Amino acid sequence: MGAFAGYDMPLFYPLGVMKEHLHTRASAGLFDISHMVHVEIAGSQAAALIERLCPYAASDQELNSSRYTFFLNDQAGIIDDLIITRLADLRYLIVANAGCAEKDVAHIKANAASFDVSVTVIPRGFLALQGPEAEAVLSSHGFFVAEIDFMTGVEPKPGWFLSRSGYTGEDGFEIAMPELDCESFARALLSDERVVLVGLGARDSLRLEAGLSLYGQDLSDSITPHEAGLIWAVPKELRTGGSFIGAEALSEKIAAGRMRMRVGLVPEGRMPVRAGALLLDESGAEIGAVTSGGYGPSIESGVALGLISVLAAEGLIFADVRGKKIPMQRAKLPFVPHQYKR
Amino acid sequence: MSTTYYTDEHEWLRVDGDIATVGITNYAQEQLGDLVFVDLPTVGANVEQGDDVVVVESVKAASDVYAPASGEVLEVNEALANEPALVNSDAEAAGWLYKMKLSKPAELDKLLDLASYTAQIS
Repeated sequence: MGAFAGYDMPLFYPLGVMKEHLHTRASAGLFDISHMVHVEIAGSQAAALIERLCPYAASDQELNSSRYTFFLNDQAGIIDDLIITRLADLRYLIVANAGCAEKDVAHIKANAASFDVSVTVIPRGFLALQGPEAEAVLSSHGFFVAEIDFMTGVEPKPGWFLSRSGYTGEDGFEIAMPELDCESFARALLSDERVVLVGLGARDSLRLEAGLSLYGQDLSDSITPHEAGLIWAVPKELRTGGSFIGAEALSEKIAAGRMRMRVGLVPEGRMPVRAGALLLDESGAEIGAVTSGGYGPSIESGVALGLISVLAAEGLIFADVRGKKIPMQRAKLPFVPHQYKR
Repeated sequence: MSTTYYTDEHEWLRVDGDIATVGITNYAQEQLGDLVFVDLPTVGANVEQGDDVVVVESVKAASDVYAPASGEVLEVNEALANEPALVNSDAEAAGWLYKMKLSKPAELDKLLDLASYTAQIS
Protein backbone atom coordinates (compact mmCIF):
# COMPACT_ATOMS: atom_id res chain seq x y z
CA MET A 1 0.00 0.00 0.00
CA GLY A 2 1.11 3.54 -0.60
CA ALA A 3 -0.12 6.80 0.88
CA PHE A 4 -1.43 9.15 -1.80
CA ALA A 5 -3.20 12.43 -1.08
CA GLY A 6 -4.52 11.09 2.23
CA TYR A 7 -5.72 7.81 0.72
CA ASP A 8 -4.11 4.41 1.25
CA MET A 9 -3.90 2.97 -2.22
CA PRO A 10 -2.46 -0.32 -3.45
CA LEU A 11 0.74 0.22 -5.41
CA PHE A 12 0.12 -3.06 -7.15
CA TYR A 13 -2.27 -5.99 -7.13
CA PRO A 14 -1.22 -9.66 -7.29
CA LEU A 15 -0.20 -9.45 -10.96
CA GLY A 16 2.55 -6.92 -10.16
CA VAL A 17 3.37 -3.52 -11.66
CA MET A 18 5.10 -4.87 -14.75
CA LYS A 19 2.30 -7.16 -15.91
CA GLU A 20 -0.42 -4.68 -14.93
CA HIS A 21 1.30 -2.06 -17.06
CA LEU A 22 1.81 -4.32 -20.08
CA HIS A 23 -1.70 -5.76 -19.86
CA THR A 24 -3.17 -2.24 -19.95
CA ARG A 25 -1.29 -1.49 -23.19
CA ALA A 26 -2.24 -4.86 -24.71
CA SER A 27 -5.83 -5.32 -23.50
CA ALA A 28 -7.53 -3.36 -20.70
CA GLY A 29 -6.67 -2.21 -17.18
CA LEU A 30 -9.14 -1.07 -14.52
CA PHE A 31 -8.07 1.69 -12.12
CA ASP A 32 -9.87 2.89 -9.01
CA ILE A 33 -9.51 6.66 -9.20
CA SER A 34 -12.27 7.50 -6.72
CA HIS A 35 -9.83 9.78 -4.90
CA MET A 36 -10.22 12.37 -7.68
CA VAL A 37 -12.45 15.36 -7.04
CA HIS A 38 -15.65 16.15 -8.95
CA VAL A 39 -17.03 19.67 -8.71
CA GLU A 40 -20.10 20.79 -10.62
CA ILE A 41 -20.51 24.47 -11.50
CA ALA A 42 -24.06 25.38 -12.53
CA GLY A 43 -26.01 28.57 -13.06
CA SER A 44 -26.45 31.47 -15.44
CA GLN A 45 -22.83 32.60 -14.98
CA ALA A 46 -21.16 29.17 -14.92
CA ALA A 47 -19.19 29.87 -18.12
CA ALA A 48 -18.18 33.32 -16.86
CA LEU A 49 -16.81 31.87 -13.61
CA ILE A 50 -14.80 29.23 -15.48
CA GLU A 51 -13.43 31.88 -17.84
CA ARG A 52 -12.25 33.78 -14.76
CA LEU A 53 -10.62 30.67 -13.26
CA CYS A 54 -9.20 29.02 -16.40
CA PRO A 55 -7.43 30.18 -19.58
CA TYR A 56 -9.99 29.08 -22.19
CA ALA A 57 -13.30 30.19 -23.68
CA ALA A 58 -15.76 28.10 -21.67
CA SER A 59 -18.72 29.97 -23.17
CA ASP A 60 -17.75 28.63 -26.63
CA GLN A 61 -17.07 25.08 -25.41
CA GLU A 62 -19.15 22.52 -27.28
CA LEU A 63 -21.69 20.54 -25.33
CA ASN A 64 -20.22 17.27 -24.02
CA SER A 65 -16.69 18.22 -24.95
CA SER A 66 -13.96 17.87 -22.34
CA ARG A 67 -11.10 20.29 -22.03
CA TYR A 68 -7.69 19.98 -20.36
CA THR A 69 -6.93 23.22 -18.52
CA PHE A 70 -5.60 24.69 -15.25
CA PHE A 71 -6.28 27.01 -12.38
CA LEU A 72 -3.47 29.58 -12.35
CA ASN A 73 -2.40 31.86 -9.54
CA ASP A 74 -1.68 35.55 -10.14
CA GLN A 75 1.94 34.66 -10.99
CA ALA A 76 0.67 32.21 -13.66
CA GLY A 77 1.85 29.26 -11.57
CA ILE A 78 -0.34 26.18 -11.81
CA ILE A 79 -2.67 25.69 -8.82
CA ASP A 80 -3.95 22.46 -10.37
CA ASP A 81 -4.47 20.85 -13.75
CA LEU A 82 -8.02 19.76 -14.55
CA ILE A 83 -10.44 18.39 -17.07
CA ILE A 84 -13.65 20.37 -17.52
CA THR A 85 -16.62 18.93 -19.40
CA ARG A 86 -19.60 20.99 -20.49
CA LEU A 87 -22.57 18.82 -19.52
CA ALA A 88 -25.30 21.35 -20.38
CA ASP A 89 -25.54 25.00 -21.44
CA LEU A 90 -25.27 26.18 -17.87
CA ARG A 91 -23.57 23.22 -16.20
CA TYR A 92 -19.91 22.18 -16.17
CA LEU A 93 -18.08 19.35 -14.41
CA ILE A 94 -14.55 19.91 -13.13
CA VAL A 95 -12.45 16.80 -12.43
CA ALA A 96 -9.42 17.71 -10.33
CA ASN A 97 -6.54 16.09 -8.47
CA ALA A 98 -7.11 14.54 -5.05
CA GLY A 99 -4.02 16.20 -3.59
CA CYS A 100 -5.38 19.63 -4.56
CA ALA A 101 -8.99 19.09 -3.41
CA GLU A 102 -9.00 21.54 -0.52
CA LYS A 103 -7.22 24.41 -2.21
CA ASP A 104 -9.18 23.91 -5.46
CA VAL A 105 -12.56 24.03 -3.77
CA ALA A 106 -11.49 27.04 -1.70
CA HIS A 107 -10.24 28.78 -4.85
CA ILE A 108 -13.49 28.10 -6.74
CA LYS A 109 -15.68 29.22 -3.85
CA ALA A 110 -13.65 32.36 -3.17
CA ASN A 111 -14.13 33.43 -6.78
CA ALA A 112 -17.70 32.17 -7.16
CA ALA A 113 -19.08 34.65 -4.64
CA SER A 114 -19.51 37.39 -7.25
CA PHE A 115 -21.08 35.10 -9.88
CA ASP A 116 -24.58 33.64 -10.13
CA VAL A 117 -23.54 29.99 -9.81
CA SER A 118 -23.80 27.02 -7.51
CA VAL A 119 -20.67 25.04 -6.65
CA THR A 120 -21.25 21.41 -5.67
CA VAL A 121 -18.63 18.86 -4.71
CA ILE A 122 -19.96 15.45 -5.75
CA PRO A 123 -18.65 12.48 -3.77
CA ARG A 124 -18.80 9.43 -6.00
CA GLY A 125 -16.99 6.37 -7.24
CA PHE A 126 -14.68 6.88 -10.19
CA LEU A 127 -13.09 4.14 -12.31
CA ALA A 128 -10.85 4.28 -15.36
CA LEU A 129 -10.86 1.51 -17.95
CA GLN A 130 -7.87 1.95 -20.22
CA GLY A 131 -6.40 0.05 -23.15
CA PRO A 132 -7.24 -1.12 -26.66
CA GLU A 133 -10.03 -3.45 -25.45
CA ALA A 134 -11.70 -0.80 -23.26
CA GLU A 135 -14.31 0.14 -25.86
CA ALA A 136 -15.28 -3.50 -26.54
CA VAL A 137 -15.46 -4.31 -22.82
CA LEU A 138 -17.70 -1.35 -21.99
CA SER A 139 -19.89 -2.10 -24.99
CA SER A 140 -20.44 -5.64 -23.74
CA HIS A 141 -21.47 -4.19 -20.35
CA GLY A 142 -24.28 -2.05 -21.73
CA PHE A 143 -22.46 1.18 -22.55
CA PHE A 144 -22.64 2.13 -26.20
CA VAL A 145 -19.41 4.04 -26.34
CA ALA A 146 -18.23 3.42 -29.92
CA GLU A 147 -19.63 6.79 -31.04
CA ILE A 148 -17.97 8.74 -28.25
CA ASP A 149 -14.82 10.58 -29.34
CA PHE A 150 -11.70 11.23 -27.29
CA MET A 151 -12.22 14.07 -24.79
CA THR A 152 -16.00 13.80 -24.83
CA GLY A 153 -18.11 13.29 -21.69
CA VAL A 154 -21.73 12.22 -21.24
CA GLU A 155 -24.16 11.27 -18.48
CA PRO A 156 -25.33 7.76 -19.38
CA LYS A 157 -27.67 7.47 -16.35
CA PRO A 158 -28.65 9.78 -13.50
CA GLY A 159 -25.65 10.29 -11.22
CA TRP A 160 -23.23 8.75 -13.73
CA PHE A 161 -20.59 10.43 -15.88
CA LEU A 162 -18.58 8.75 -18.62
CA SER A 163 -15.82 10.30 -20.70
CA ARG A 164 -13.38 9.02 -23.28
CA SER A 165 -10.18 10.09 -21.58
CA GLY A 166 -7.49 8.81 -19.29
CA TYR A 167 -3.98 8.99 -17.96
CA THR A 168 -2.17 6.18 -19.75
CA GLY A 169 -1.80 7.33 -23.37
CA GLU A 170 -4.13 4.51 -24.39
CA ASP A 171 -7.68 4.76 -25.65
CA GLY A 172 -9.99 4.44 -22.68
CA PHE A 173 -12.75 5.76 -20.48
CA GLU A 174 -13.27 7.29 -17.08
CA ILE A 175 -16.58 6.45 -15.46
CA ALA A 176 -18.06 8.10 -12.37
CA MET A 177 -21.06 6.69 -10.52
CA PRO A 178 -22.87 6.83 -7.19
CA GLU A 179 -20.62 5.30 -4.50
CA LEU A 180 -23.11 2.48 -3.89
CA ASP A 181 -22.88 1.32 -7.51
CA CYS A 182 -19.10 1.41 -7.76
CA GLU A 183 -18.06 -1.92 -6.28
CA SER A 184 -20.57 -4.01 -8.21
CA PHE A 185 -19.69 -2.24 -11.45
CA ALA A 186 -15.98 -2.76 -10.85
CA ARG A 187 -16.57 -6.46 -10.11
CA ALA A 188 -18.63 -6.82 -13.28
CA LEU A 189 -15.83 -5.32 -15.38
CA LEU A 190 -13.22 -7.49 -13.62
CA SER A 191 -15.21 -10.62 -14.39
CA ASP A 192 -14.35 -9.94 -18.03
CA GLU A 193 -11.18 -11.86 -18.86
CA ARG A 194 -9.84 -8.93 -20.90
CA VAL A 195 -9.68 -6.75 -17.77
CA VAL A 196 -7.16 -6.72 -14.91
CA LEU A 197 -7.06 -4.50 -11.84
CA VAL A 198 -4.17 -2.00 -11.90
CA GLY A 199 -2.56 -0.21 -8.94
CA LEU A 200 -0.92 3.14 -8.44
CA GLY A 201 2.52 1.88 -9.52
CA ALA A 202 1.49 1.09 -13.09
CA ARG A 203 -0.73 4.16 -13.20
CA ASP A 204 2.46 6.15 -12.69
CA SER A 205 4.62 4.19 -15.18
CA LEU A 206 1.87 4.35 -17.84
CA ARG A 207 1.37 8.11 -17.53
CA LEU A 208 5.11 8.70 -17.45
CA GLU A 209 5.66 6.77 -20.71
CA ALA A 210 2.77 8.79 -22.15
CA GLY A 211 4.61 11.99 -21.16
CA LEU A 212 1.71 13.17 -18.98
CA SER A 213 2.45 15.49 -16.07
CA LEU A 214 1.67 14.68 -12.46
CA TYR A 215 0.66 17.57 -10.25
CA GLY A 216 2.93 17.85 -7.22
CA GLN A 217 5.88 16.45 -9.18
CA ASP A 218 5.98 17.89 -12.70
CA LEU A 219 3.60 20.75 -12.00
CA SER A 220 3.38 23.12 -9.06
CA ASP A 221 2.24 26.60 -8.16
CA SER A 222 5.67 27.95 -9.05
CA ILE A 223 5.77 26.40 -12.55
CA THR A 224 3.94 28.10 -15.44
CA PRO A 225 2.16 26.24 -18.26
CA HIS A 226 4.84 27.65 -20.58
CA GLU A 227 7.68 26.10 -18.54
CA ALA A 228 5.75 22.86 -18.11
CA GLY A 229 5.40 22.37 -21.88
CA LEU A 230 1.62 22.77 -21.60
CA ILE A 231 1.10 26.10 -23.34
CA TRP A 232 -0.80 24.22 -26.07
CA ALA A 233 -3.68 24.08 -23.59
CA VAL A 234 -3.95 27.90 -23.61
CA PRO A 235 -5.60 29.29 -26.78
CA LYS A 236 -3.26 31.61 -28.71
CA GLU A 237 -5.40 34.72 -28.24
CA LEU A 238 -5.33 34.25 -24.45
CA ARG A 239 -1.53 34.01 -24.26
CA THR A 240 -1.13 37.74 -24.84
CA GLY A 241 -4.05 38.94 -22.79
CA GLY A 242 -7.19 37.73 -21.14
CA SER A 243 -9.29 38.25 -18.05
CA PHE A 244 -8.56 34.96 -16.32
CA ILE A 245 -6.58 34.94 -13.09
CA GLY A 246 -2.88 34.94 -13.99
CA ALA A 247 -3.41 36.35 -17.51
CA GLU A 248 -1.17 39.35 -17.00
CA ALA A 249 1.70 37.35 -15.48
CA LEU A 250 1.37 34.68 -18.16
CA SER A 251 1.61 37.14 -21.05
CA GLU A 252 4.55 38.93 -19.39
CA LYS A 253 6.37 35.67 -18.79
CA ILE A 254 5.76 34.48 -22.33
CA ALA A 255 7.08 37.82 -23.68
CA ALA A 256 10.16 37.68 -21.43
CA GLY A 257 10.92 34.10 -22.48
CA ARG A 258 10.94 31.12 -20.21
CA MET A 259 13.99 30.37 -18.08
CA ARG A 260 13.16 26.70 -17.58
CA MET A 261 11.65 24.06 -19.80
CA ARG A 262 10.34 20.56 -19.46
CA VAL A 263 12.23 17.80 -21.25
CA GLY A 264 11.86 14.07 -21.74
CA LEU A 265 14.96 12.12 -20.78
CA VAL A 266 16.12 8.52 -21.13
CA PRO A 267 18.98 7.44 -18.88
CA GLU A 268 21.85 5.45 -20.33
CA GLY A 269 22.05 1.96 -18.86
CA ARG A 270 19.49 0.21 -16.72
CA MET A 271 19.49 2.30 -13.57
CA PRO A 272 16.24 4.26 -13.19
CA VAL A 273 16.63 7.96 -12.45
CA ARG A 274 13.88 9.18 -10.16
CA ALA A 275 12.18 12.40 -9.11
CA GLY A 276 14.50 14.71 -7.22
CA ALA A 277 17.72 13.63 -8.96
CA LEU A 278 19.75 16.71 -9.87
CA LEU A 279 20.55 17.30 -13.53
CA LEU A 280 24.04 18.54 -14.40
CA ASP A 281 25.80 19.81 -17.49
CA GLU A 282 29.15 18.53 -18.72
CA SER A 283 31.05 20.70 -16.25
CA GLY A 284 29.03 19.35 -13.35
CA ALA A 285 27.02 22.55 -12.86
CA GLU A 286 23.41 22.10 -11.80
CA ILE A 287 20.96 22.82 -14.63
CA GLY A 288 17.73 21.44 -13.18
CA ALA A 289 16.16 18.34 -11.70
CA VAL A 290 14.18 15.26 -12.59
CA THR A 291 10.53 15.85 -11.69
CA SER A 292 9.28 12.32 -12.44
CA GLY A 293 11.30 9.26 -13.26
CA GLY A 294 11.21 5.52 -13.15
CA TYR A 295 11.17 2.49 -15.36
CA GLY A 296 9.05 2.22 -18.50
CA PRO A 297 7.99 -1.43 -18.92
CA SER A 298 6.81 -0.86 -22.53
CA ILE A 299 9.98 0.83 -23.74
CA GLU A 300 12.11 -1.36 -21.46
CA SER A 301 14.30 1.42 -20.17
CA GLY A 302 14.35 4.21 -17.67
CA VAL A 303 12.17 7.24 -18.45
CA ALA A 304 12.19 10.66 -16.85
CA LEU A 305 10.72 14.12 -17.10
CA GLY A 306 12.98 16.96 -16.11
CA LEU A 307 12.77 20.70 -15.67
CA ILE A 308 15.99 22.33 -16.90
CA SER A 309 17.42 25.72 -17.68
CA VAL A 310 16.73 26.64 -21.32
CA LEU A 311 20.40 27.64 -21.61
CA ALA A 312 21.42 24.02 -21.04
CA ALA A 313 18.90 22.47 -23.43
CA GLU A 314 21.34 21.83 -26.26
CA GLY A 315 24.24 20.51 -24.18
CA LEU A 316 24.99 17.14 -22.63
CA ILE A 317 22.85 16.27 -19.62
CA PHE A 318 23.78 14.04 -16.70
CA ALA A 319 21.79 12.95 -13.67
CA ASP A 320 23.37 12.58 -10.26
CA VAL A 321 22.16 9.32 -8.73
CA ARG A 322 23.77 8.47 -5.41
CA GLY A 323 26.94 10.22 -6.55
CA LYS A 324 27.08 8.50 -9.96
CA LYS A 325 26.83 10.66 -13.08
CA ILE A 326 24.37 9.02 -15.45
CA PRO A 327 24.31 10.33 -19.06
CA MET A 328 20.76 11.30 -20.07
CA GLN A 329 19.54 11.41 -23.67
CA ARG A 330 16.90 13.97 -24.61
CA ALA A 331 13.80 12.18 -25.93
CA LYS A 332 10.68 13.37 -27.70
CA LEU A 333 7.50 13.18 -25.64
CA PRO A 334 5.52 11.01 -25.39
CA PHE A 335 7.93 8.12 -24.97
CA VAL A 336 5.15 5.76 -26.14
CA PRO A 337 2.80 7.05 -28.89
CA HIS A 338 -0.69 8.01 -27.77
CA GLN A 339 -3.50 5.77 -29.01
CA TYR A 340 -6.36 8.22 -28.56
CA LYS A 341 -9.45 7.73 -30.70
CA ARG A 342 -10.19 11.01 -32.41
CA MET B 1 27.82 -27.11 6.42
CA SER B 2 26.28 -23.67 6.09
CA THR B 3 23.94 -21.85 8.44
CA THR B 4 21.33 -19.35 7.24
CA TYR B 5 20.51 -16.27 9.30
CA TYR B 6 17.81 -13.65 8.78
CA THR B 7 17.40 -10.01 9.82
CA ASP B 8 14.51 -7.76 10.85
CA GLU B 9 15.19 -5.86 7.63
CA HIS B 10 14.38 -8.94 5.52
CA GLU B 11 17.86 -9.98 4.47
CA TRP B 12 19.27 -13.48 4.60
CA LEU B 13 22.90 -14.56 5.06
CA ARG B 14 24.14 -18.01 4.26
CA VAL B 15 27.34 -18.43 6.28
CA ASP B 16 30.03 -20.98 5.53
CA GLY B 17 33.10 -20.47 7.73
CA ASP B 18 33.77 -16.72 7.59
CA ILE B 19 32.18 -16.28 4.14
CA ALA B 20 28.56 -15.11 3.91
CA THR B 21 26.28 -14.94 0.88
CA VAL B 22 23.71 -12.16 1.26
CA GLY B 23 20.30 -11.61 -0.31
CA ILE B 24 16.80 -10.35 0.42
CA THR B 25 14.06 -12.71 1.52
CA ASN B 26 11.21 -13.95 -0.59
CA TYR B 27 8.88 -11.94 1.64
CA ALA B 28 10.88 -8.77 0.84
CA GLN B 29 10.74 -9.31 -2.92
CA GLU B 30 6.97 -9.84 -2.71
CA GLN B 31 6.62 -6.51 -0.92
CA LEU B 32 8.87 -4.69 -3.40
CA GLY B 33 7.30 -6.04 -6.57
CA ASP B 34 9.02 -6.41 -9.95
CA LEU B 35 12.65 -5.33 -9.76
CA VAL B 36 14.17 -3.51 -12.73
CA PHE B 37 17.63 -2.70 -11.40
CA VAL B 38 19.94 -3.74 -8.58
CA ASP B 39 22.74 -1.35 -7.64
CA LEU B 40 25.43 -3.62 -6.18
CA PRO B 41 28.45 -2.69 -4.05
CA THR B 42 32.02 -2.53 -5.33
CA VAL B 43 34.07 -5.66 -4.88
CA GLY B 44 36.68 -4.96 -2.22
CA ALA B 45 34.53 -2.47 -0.34
CA ASN B 46 34.60 -2.72 3.45
CA VAL B 47 31.14 -2.37 4.92
CA GLU B 48 29.85 -2.01 8.46
CA GLN B 49 26.72 -3.71 9.71
CA GLY B 50 23.78 -1.39 8.99
CA ASP B 51 25.41 0.49 6.06
CA ASP B 52 23.33 1.01 2.90
CA VAL B 53 25.20 -1.22 0.49
CA VAL B 54 22.68 -2.24 -2.14
CA VAL B 55 19.78 -0.41 -3.75
CA VAL B 56 17.02 -2.52 -5.25
CA GLU B 57 14.80 -0.65 -7.67
CA SER B 58 11.27 -1.66 -8.55
CA VAL B 59 9.24 0.05 -11.28
CA LYS B 60 7.97 2.48 -8.68
CA ALA B 61 10.66 2.99 -6.07
CA ALA B 62 14.25 2.56 -4.94
CA SER B 63 14.83 0.76 -1.63
CA ASP B 64 18.04 0.47 0.39
CA VAL B 65 19.32 -2.90 1.52
CA TYR B 66 21.47 -2.71 4.65
CA ALA B 67 24.57 -4.79 5.30
CA PRO B 68 23.42 -7.48 7.77
CA ALA B 69 26.98 -7.86 9.03
CA SER B 70 30.40 -6.19 8.73
CA GLY B 71 33.09 -7.33 6.35
CA GLU B 72 34.66 -7.07 2.92
CA VAL B 73 32.67 -7.55 -0.28
CA LEU B 74 34.26 -10.43 -2.20
CA GLU B 75 31.94 -10.94 -5.13
CA VAL B 76 28.67 -9.57 -6.51
CA ASN B 77 25.99 -11.42 -8.46
CA GLU B 78 26.81 -10.30 -12.02
CA ALA B 79 23.75 -12.08 -13.39
CA LEU B 80 21.55 -9.39 -11.85
CA ALA B 81 22.95 -6.76 -14.22
CA ASN B 82 20.98 -8.25 -17.10
CA GLU B 83 18.29 -10.03 -15.13
CA PRO B 84 17.31 -8.15 -11.96
CA ALA B 85 14.05 -10.14 -11.93
CA LEU B 86 16.08 -13.13 -10.66
CA VAL B 87 15.58 -11.57 -7.24
CA ASN B 88 11.82 -11.90 -7.75
CA SER B 89 11.85 -15.41 -9.16
CA ASP B 90 14.45 -16.91 -6.82
CA ALA B 91 15.21 -14.47 -3.99
CA GLU B 92 16.85 -16.94 -1.64
CA ALA B 93 19.09 -18.77 -4.13
CA ALA B 94 19.90 -17.58 -7.70
CA GLY B 95 18.88 -14.02 -6.74
CA TRP B 96 21.68 -13.60 -4.17
CA LEU B 97 23.22 -10.12 -4.06
CA TYR B 98 26.85 -10.38 -2.88
CA LYS B 99 29.34 -12.47 -0.94
CA MET B 100 31.38 -11.08 1.92
CA LYS B 101 34.17 -12.08 4.27
CA LEU B 102 32.87 -11.46 7.76
CA SER B 103 35.07 -9.28 9.95
CA LYS B 104 32.93 -9.49 13.11
CA PRO B 105 31.40 -12.98 13.22
CA ALA B 106 30.02 -12.25 16.70
CA GLU B 107 27.41 -10.03 15.01
CA LEU B 108 25.71 -13.19 13.78
CA ASP B 109 24.62 -14.05 17.33
CA LYS B 110 22.02 -11.29 17.27
CA LEU B 111 20.48 -12.30 13.93
CA LEU B 112 17.36 -14.43 13.55
CA ASP B 113 16.97 -18.07 12.65
CA LEU B 114 14.35 -19.20 10.16
CA ALA B 115 11.75 -19.95 12.84
CA SER B 116 11.98 -16.50 14.47
CA TYR B 117 12.03 -14.73 11.10
CA THR B 118 8.99 -16.66 9.90
CA ALA B 119 7.18 -15.82 13.12
CA GLN B 120 8.01 -12.16 12.59
CA ILE B 121 6.54 -11.88 9.09
CA SER B 122 3.43 -13.96 9.74
